[in-house]
Amino acid sequence: MKLLFEFIVFPGFVFTAVFGMLVSWIDRKVTARIQWRQGPPFLQPYYDFQKLLIKETTIPETANTFTFLLSPLVAIISTTIVSLILWKTIFNPQSLFVGDLIVVIYLLAITPIAVILGASSSGNPIASLAASREMKLFMSYELPFILSIIVPIIKLHTIRLGDIILYQQTSGMVINSISGIIAFAVFLIAIQAKLGLVPFDMAEAETEIAGGVFIEYSGMPLALHKLNRIMLLFIIPIFAIILFLGGMYPLYIGLLKYLVILVIIILIRNTNPRVRIDQAIKFFWRSCMILSVLALILAMIGK
Amino acid sequence: MNAKTLTRSLWVFHVACSPCNNCDIEILDTLTPRYDLERFGIQLVGSIRHADVLLVSGVVNKKIVSRLKRLYAQAPKPILVVAVGNCACSEILFRNSYNTCGPVDKIIPVDAYIPGCPPKPEAMIMGVVKLIRSMTQKSDNKSK
Repeated sequence: MKLLFEFIVFPGFVFTAVFGMLVSWIDRKVTARIQWRQGPPFLQPYYDFQKLLIKETTIPETANTFTFLLSPLVAIISTTIVSLILWKTIFNPQSLFVGDLIVVIYLLAITPIAVILGASSSGNPIASLAASREMKLFMSYELPFILSIIVPIIKLHTIRLGDIILYQQTSGMVINSISGIIAFAVFLIAIQAKLGLVPFDMAEAETEIAGGVFIEYSGMPLALHKLNRIMLLFIIPIFAIILFLGGMYPLYIGLLKYLVILVIIILIRNTNPRVRIDQAIKFFWRSCMILSVLALILAMIGK
Repeated sequence: MNAKTLTRSLWVFHVACSPCNNCDIEILDTLTPRYDLERFGIQLVGSIRHADVLLVSGVVNKKIVSRLKRLYAQAPKPILVVAVGNCACSEILFRNSYNTCGPVDKIIPVDAYIPGCPPKPEAMIMGVVKLIRSMTQKSDNKSK
């Protein structure tokens, strides 16, 4: 019963969704201010979600209905579990099992897989093109992403999120070292691709392939997919704070760290053009790989 | 209730039915930061499945008529249709052409007309505001 409450209300689905909408509003408002305009009203993400719920859900004739409708559900459930693990760790670092970091990495990988499944089961040629792009992007950013996560593991000798927070409180944040800074930079770039934001949003490029992976989605499944995106936008900076910046306590400093990471993400999103998929793969497999391996070696030496 | 929910976040899909591109340029102008339609929750979307508003511009000719009908069928309901420009509203000087199939409202139901050749961005915002107001008033009257 307690577990069900935690999963559905706090710190699970409802909590993450509400704060995700808040964060999504901040994202859109900051974007608007950068473009020198006023931006959407405060409740706009909620209005969008509510409107999508009353729209008709169309399932294309060529689609595999089961997979098509399952994909947003799988994505949103995995994101909710990630949120649950991260928040439980923040409130009580000793409450979870050893190796929850690895579980979180796997659960974060489920969202792109679900999106790929949904897009390729829709039977739309543009969606299959977008699915192939998403797959290539996923394979290219996942390696630097995991390598940059290994740096805090090496420095703190633990694969438990709670211990990562506690050790950082006693022995200083991971980002205070050279290897920590490099790993954090690589992590920020990789989550830009993980969130599907602008320099790496070629999988849903609206101007080019018309919404890409979500092209056939409408109504409720589209609402869930969009909700999943904004929930990820809410929890991935928290993941970064746990790994590199030593947790959310005290709460006002934690909030400050959160806002700084969020604004960096939004600024990268607003000041860069969309790159091609081959450029993205080259970028991740050359520059980011070299940097993260360098960070790894520095962490082994102890810098 | 439904009308209010729908009109607070309108996602626009632009259907160009062989226009001369003047209306399209003005539509793009309306979406620029200067007029900032995101204040009203209005966004341009790429896929017809995400659309709440079909923005139809241009003369509907024999090539495009089947596509327009198909797009209207593909759009998830409830959907609004706005005819932009004199061509889409009434076909003006093309009305006797061998190639035209009538103004947009003879092919699919139209909710708002924005005349002009091309209409100014202010005129388009005015048209959308009037559309939203009439929709919400209609639903208010119904609920009374």
